[in-house]
Amino acid sequence: MADLRAALGPDRARAEPLELALYQRDAGVDRGQAAAVCFPGTVDQLAAAVGIAAWHDRPFVARGSGTGLAGGATPVGDPLVIVTTGLNRIVEVDADERVAWVEPGVLNLDLSRAVHHLGLHYAPDPSSQQACTIGGNVATNAGGPHCLAAGVTAAHVLAVEVVLADGSVAMLGGLEPDAPGYDLRGCFVGSEGTMGVSGRIAVRLTPNPPAVRTLLLDFSTIEAAAATVSGIIAAGIVPAALEMMDAEITRAVEDFVGAGYPRDAAAVLLVELDGLPAGVEAQVEAVRRVGHEHGARTVRVAADDAERALLWKGRKSAFGAIARIAPDYYLHDAVVPRTKLVDVLRQVYAIAAEYDLTMMNVFHAGDGNLHPLIVFDQRTPGVWERVHAAGDAILRACVDAGGVLSGEHGIGLEKRDAMPLVFTPDDLDAQARLRDAFDPSGRANPEKILPSGSRCGELQRVPAGAWI
Amino acid sequence: MDLTVTTAATLPDLEELRDRIAAAETVVPVGGRTHWDVGGPAPIGVEVRAPAGVVSYDPAELTVTAGAGTTVADLAATLEDGGQECVLDPRDPAAATVGGTLASGLSGYRRLRYGSLRDRLLEVRFVTGDGRVVKGGGPTVKNVTGYDLPRLLVGSLGTIGVIVQVTLRCQPRPRHVTWAGTSGDPFEVRRRCFRPSCIAWDGGDTRGLLEGDPDDVAAELHAGGLTPGDRGPAWPDGPHRGRISVRPGRLCALADELGGVDGLRWVAEIGVGTVHVGADRPAPLAQARQAAEAAGGWLLREQGDGIDGFGAGLPNRQLMARIKTAFDPAGKLSPGRLPV
Ligand SMILES: Cc1cc2nc3c(=O)[nH]c(=O)nc-3n(C[C@H](O)[C@H](O)[C@H](O)COP(=O)(O)OP(=O)(O)OC[C@H]3O[C@@H](n4cnc5c(N)ncnc54)[C@H](O)[C@@H]3O)c2cc1C
Repeated sequence: MADLRAALGPDRARAEPLELALYQRDAGVDRGQAAAVCFPGTVDQLAAAVGIAAWHDRPFVARGSGTGLAGGATPVGDPLVIVTTGLNRIVEVDADERVAWVEPGVLNLDLSRAVHHLGLHYAPDPSSQQACTIGGNVATNAGGPHCLAAGVTAAHVLAVEVVLADGSVAMLGGLEPDAPGYDLRGCFVGSEGTMGVSGRIAVRLTPNPPAVRTLLLDFSTIEAAAATVSGIIAAGIVPAALEMMDAEITRAVEDFVGAGYPRDAAAVLLVELDGLPAGVEAQVEAVRRVGHEHGARTVRVAADDAERALLWKGRKSAFGAIARIAPDYYLHDAVVPRTKLVDVLRQVYAIAAEYDLTMMNVFHAGDGNLHPLIVFDQRTPGVWERVHAAGDAILRACVDAGGVLSGEHGIGLEKRDAMPLVFTPDDLDAQARLRDAFDPSGRANPEKILPSGSRCGELQRVPAGAWI
Repeated sequence: MDLTVTTAATLPDLEELRDRIAAAETVVPVGGRTHWDVGGPAPIGVEVRAPAGVVSYDPAELTVTAGAGTTVADLAATLEDGGQECVLDPRDPAAATVGGTLASGLSGYRRLRYGSLRDRLLEVRFVTGDGRVVKGGGPTVKNVTGYDLPRLLVGSLGTIGVIVQVTLRCQPRPRHVTWAGTSGDPFEVRRRCFRPSCIAWDGGDTRGLLEGDPDDVAAELHAGGLTPGDRGPAWPDGPHRGRISVRPGRLCALADELGGVDGLRWVAEIGVGTVHVGADRPAPLAQARQAAEAAGGWLLREQGDGIDGFGAGLPNRQLMARIKTAFDPAGKLSPGRLPV
């Protein structure tokens, strides 16, 4: 503490129990305990904090806004928590090269707002974009509705200045199209703070599209909606966004914001098409046709920006809406092959029924990224056990359908012990080698992503179906 | 539409390949030898090849799984039946293999629109130096399950493992494709066109590639002041070739320098920062490398033996060396390809 206070200033390092309690968890469910928390105000202070942790041989955990849902920022092993939200300057914007250098604590939406007047935006748009940091987005390789066509965070990060676990600073990648040797930048993106802490980050900015059209299609069965998703892709269209909401969430959202969603729909699809005008109009017609072919009851095309904003407001208010139904929720995240959507959704509903839980689905249908959302009241006795058991069953159903454990929230603590469902010991060993090459000390966000036993020669003990 | 292909439903038993790799003292993965001079000197050792053939393809998934030894042209032919493509764009698709293209890490000429080659690879299976098969990534279009081994393998030049099977992201083929030209300012073309696939410039002639709805393409041609023609740029050829990577904003200044190098042919990708260079002798390439490094960039040798692979040392060499050692402790995979 004394070293931290000396390096950062007395107000920037805390260890009072009350303060530490605030940093026990992220927006997920796993809790931990921090030894101390610090708030660097400059990238130099950030490096100093990591250096001090190294000097005292202490683990450290980088933390942005704490909106992560996989327990990635949960402190494990009595670590120093390093909060980046004070590093929130947009350092440089080059409109001609379409690049911005930002500090890690810049909020995702703040960047897009800051470059709006230049006709540019930052493409990855997680639903939490008002609150989450770019550093957190890089660490989780965050996605969002508009990542279907534009690609997830990894495709938009050019360079990352990383403070490695020993306190040294490395620039990974660069503004040149290629860096010689291994793609260290690519390895770091999505590493959930286990390879070091990001300082300044260079991201690609994207020109705002000349034409944008937003459609709302509603269906009387969820199967018809899912078939429409496949139909749109089969018609050679990759929309900018393709989101699905089921009956429960559609009603909840409509009650909450009144976006004009049909209250009696079994499912709605929100489709956004963007690009140049002729292509967009042709695609609007194609989506309309595909929708009707698959039994869409209505196809509403937003007439203007106000109506577009309203349709999106519905989608983006999903989490606010559910808060009115029950106090707690558990949001899942898994990806299945697009063609398995209907199958897996059926199983997911059956699982909810089996465990007597209320379940809603609002998700990135275009890339098969499911977000089953279980709402509950944790004061109900025994509910946690059911929520966890259902979550486990959902994950298994997704994996059995050829899917993966996470599409955008990451593995963190939450899904760490499920990794052997999709990876062999040799696969996990290779991942451990990559991680350890970046951080031989093992102090960067320990215990995350890889279950114990991932390294060859380590004892293999993965509790059956364990969720931390 | 079910176009699921299973030419090699399960790849030929990898057992034999694994045994050969494990037993050899030095292992050199070989594709079509079209990128053989890329990077450090060609290693000598037991040459191994990945299996060829499309394993599975379902257009509705926009993904394809294939043996790494499949040629890019064969892969393209399969995807064409589904109205799709996978943007790899190597120089010689008939000979280049998918695995070789990925291992060399060279993005194609449509990068301006479709991004880096690295964004194509979703899942990779490779054989380690001690003969184990490792999978990295996953088969779905979106995935953050674990560390990103696919990105490590792209551009690793055979030094991490022998890539045997890959799952790649595909996309619908554009309805209309045309190259077009102008003698005007290439940077202005970039500012005026919304989403060109390529803008190539050799210091005088600018060639733009436009893809999409025919009406949009026509409008973009107009906006960019481009005249449709039937040919793309003349990519520099010759026994000595390379590519420069430089900040796209420095291309203009670098072009002045390159223009002064006697015997150098070059074509720059505007907005990307790649400059393809070629010559009949090594000396112009060495001069181009000097100019690139002075502009904060670097030059990768692609063909010829007059200059070394990378020029100035690799950045973050220690970290790279730790990675190399972690994956190939015996140092038997393509030694010398990467100076780590
Ligand atoms: C309502 C809601 C909606 C959401 N919607 C989406 C969505 O659509 N798409 C999506 O992808 N995610 C979504 N999320 C999850 C979350 O917002 C993202 O994972 C986000 O990227 C986390 O950013 P953060 O700043 O809050 O990071 P944190 O939660 O603070 O940290 C997340 C992880 O990143 C690490 N980390 C943070 N900063 C750094 C740094 N500077 N260097 C190294 N490591 C660092 C942490 O150690 C941790 O492992 C949603 C969450 C909520 C609550």
